[in-house]
Amino acid sequence: MLTNRFLSMLDARGRIFLGVILAAIVLVPILNLVVPAGSALHVPTWLVSLLGKYLCYAILALALDLVWGYAGILSLGHGAFFALGGYAMGMYLMRQIGARGVYANPILPDFMVFLNWKELPWFWYGFDMFPFALLMVLLAPGLLAFVFGWFAFRSRVTGVYLSIITQALTYALLLAFFRNDMGFGGNNGLTDFKDILGFPVQSDMTRLVLFLLTLLALALCYILARAIVTSKAGKVLVAVRDAESRTRFLGFRVERYKLFVFTLSAMMAGLAGALYVPQVGIINPSEFQPGNSIEVVIWVAVGGRGTLIGAAIGAILVNFAKTTFTTGALAPYWLFALGALFVLTTLYMPKGVIGTYAEWRERRREKAALTANAASTPAE
Amino acid sequence: MPAFRFPSGQGLLAVVARLVLVLSLLVPFGLAAKAGTLDDAAALFAADSFSDTAKAIDLVAGSDAAHADAILEALADRRLFVSADKKLVYKDKAGAAVDALTGKKLEAEPAGLASVRINNRLRSAISNAVGQMTLQSPDPAKRRAAALAVYKSRDAASEDGLRKASRAEKDAGIKSVQQLALAAIMATAPGKPDIDRLTAIEVLKDQGDREALTPLSLVPADAGQGVKDAARAAVAEINNRLALWSGAQNAWYGVSLGSVLLLAAIGLAITFGVMGIINMAHGEMVMIGAYVTFVIQEVIRQHVPGLFDYSLAIAIPASFIVAGVIGIAIERLVIRHLYGRPLETLLATWGISLILQQAVRTIFGPTNREVGAPSFMSGSFRLGLLDITYGRVWIVVFALLVFLAVLALLRFTPMGLQMRAVTQNRRMAASMGIRTARIDALTFGLGSGIAGLAGVALSQIDNVSPNLGQSYIIDSFMVVVFGGVGNLWGTLVAALSLGIANKFLEPFAGAVLGKIALLVFIILFIQKRPRGLFALKGRAIEQ
Repeated sequence: MLTNRFLSMLDARGRIFLGVILAAIVLVPILNLVVPAGSALHVPTWLVSLLGKYLCYAILALALDLVWGYAGILSLGHGAFFALGGYAMGMYLMRQIGARGVYANPILPDFMVFLNWKELPWFWYGFDMFPFALLMVLLAPGLLAFVFGWFAFRSRVTGVYLSIITQALTYALLLAFFRNDMGFGGNNGLTDFKDILGFPVQSDMTRLVLFLLTLLALALCYILARAIVTSKAGKVLVAVRDAESRTRFLGFRVERYKLFVFTLSAMMAGLAGALYVPQVGIINPSEFQPGNSIEVVIWVAVGGRGTLIGAAIGAILVNFAKTTFTTGALAPYWLFALGALFVLTTLYMPKGVIGTYAEWRERRREKAALTANAASTPAE
Repeated sequence: MPAFRFPSGQGLLAVVARLVLVLSLLVPFGLAAKAGTLDDAAALFAADSFSDTAKAIDLVAGSDAAHADAILEALADRRLFVSADKKLVYKDKAGAAVDALTGKKLEAEPAGLASVRINNRLRSAISNAVGQMTLQSPDPAKRRAAALAVYKSRDAASEDGLRKASRAEKDAGIKSVQQLALAAIMATAPGKPDIDRLTAIEVLKDQGDREALTPLSLVPADAGQGVKDAARAAVAEINNRLALWSGAQNAWYGVSLGSVLLLAAIGLAITFGVMGIINMAHGEMVMIGAYVTFVIQEVIRQHVPGLFDYSLAIAIPASFIVAGVIGIAIERLVIRHLYGRPLETLLATWGISLILQQAVRTIFGPTNREVGAPSFMSGSFRLGLLDITYGRVWIVVFALLVFLAVLALLRFTPMGLQMRAVTQNRRMAASMGIRTARIDALTFGLGSGIAGLAGVALSQIDNVSPNLGQSYIIDSFMVVVFGGVGNLWGTLVAALSLGIANKFLEPFAGAVLGKIALLVFIILFIQKRPRGLFALKGRAIEQ
């Protein structure tokens, strides 16, 4: 019965999406490990890492789509939750370096020795244990989102105002994390990681496993998000998006629904950040930059707001374009392209790639039905 | 002048000696006499013992020869020599030999030059001697500097020279510095009568600034209890005054920052009020205004340098028009099509801001551009204990003028009336025959134009670079969110209070923590008043 419920929850697109992820989980390790390096089908490890990075972005975009696409909360601060999750993971990785750092201090990370700190600040306790770090990956962004949302939604801050203060939130965190005495490595952030759960972070095998875990996380986040938006609560969320006051007058506690989905989404973003950090090997305050968070919004918009899959696809597409642009001779034009993407998507493709494709297919089906009708009418 | 230093109360002898001094100054052919003292000094220098050199320094200082300070300076730099035939010679900074007696350049360097040795005690004697010579220098700037130097050093040896200089002084400003220096000496030197000390403390208290705290804390141990108490009270009073002035300084910096925020936020507030959209490209309009100023200045510099002082006067309308036209173009081409979708507008304008930034970076390069200040904006004046630069004053004035102009435009013109109508109720305004689409375009153009004006002002105090706008945009959002959109006064109050709060938080929280505190405050504030300080009253539940 559970399987039935599960399958009914997924539409055709969702099944295809999960199928692709499943195929990737099977195929990528084979193409990376079994197929010889010279072959055209070989997937080199750098590509695996790059794809892993895109997938983390896809999870982040999925999280944002959950709040923006379904609850109408345009958060311009989701990069902050992503970065917080990343910092939680980074702190674990820092503690794993142990005495192998430049200053060979078994407890203190290098930057603290450099700043002449004598003991570990209290908020670094426990991060030598992986389960605790994992808990923090979810709790830190979740708690921040809960407190922030509690205040914001209860006093009915909506629309552009909410967007602006989420931007202020990530900006405040950016300034805070730049400070050396915050105890998070200041400007340089956390880097020079050695190993994760005993496996060297740099090794090909670890990278492959991290990639597979990210794929799995994306699939699970998708299923969870899908479960929420197809549930009754999901229907309420859509109602909030389309007519918040009316929903409130119907007796729903709008702020509770919003708070729930906002907090959950922040935790997803944190998870994405935690998977991102070991794959790129660094986390620094620039992740908090307001521009980053706005870029996430455009991924969702390009892929298709309110479709979940679209968000993931948009994240991968835009970042693929970004990599292609910024590594070649076209680098100076990337910002032109990105800017144009913002303008053109909002103007001409408000439903994104997925939505536009669905519309196009719908129209074609209607047309086909019309011609079929026209063809059958004379026969009557 | 140590050569004529007489401890007070030596009676007749002192009077006679002073008369001699005055006479010697009056004698038109005093050159011979001066040459005489220099001769004696030369002999003492030639002996090359530290005690003789000390006497010689006093003689030189008292000689009134035009090059006496050059000799002492040379001595301090070990450029003073005694030649084999016992002549006193110094080398100027270029290395040419000069006869120390006549001050004339020598054709050839004399043979057997031995430099006059000095030690640390002599070094301070030299600087004292130079200080006292300059106390009565004909150059007022030098006199003031000398008096200030004594005020800082509190060297009791300068007391008589200072008294003399003070009696002869005509300039009230310099005289007060000299009195202050005297008071500092009287308060700190041991063995002075308590009554003089009390007077000195009074002088220090009345005129004193931070510098006055040091002499007041150095009252010698032989002073009476009354003197010590008076000094302590004076320190407390000066500290109070300093706290007051530093408060005033923070307030001024805050007003200055607030007026910059006001300039950047007015345009944003109008567009947000009328159209309900946040223009993320607003910062780039500011940046464009600054670049227009840069271009105009470059053109003037190259073709009509005489007009340089008027460059800003030309830049103000030019940047308003350029930024305004770009704004109207953006509204016509993009924003009009996104009507009723404020969040999408936010994204589209963000995209435009990226494009504009990159375009400016491509045209002008990523580096900072230099925009000069016209002569009437450079320099500063002193108000009490504050240094205020004219540039900042002009920016505050400019911001207020722009604010009043916009206020007048909204209040007294048909366009302003229509804009206010659309702000209050768009559909009702449209029903009354107001062409809302045209008002939207004009509003957006006006908002962008004002941003261009802000750019002119910012080019004077900030680096003109493609990132100029981004550094102000979040702060201006905060102003708009804090002030609300119902009323332009809200923007004024918000800008000034955020600016002032920022500057008052800075001293004890640090610049970054202060800013974070303000952001957190606004995030909390908006919970209480989700529509800002001056919200529009109305019954619309959802707009």
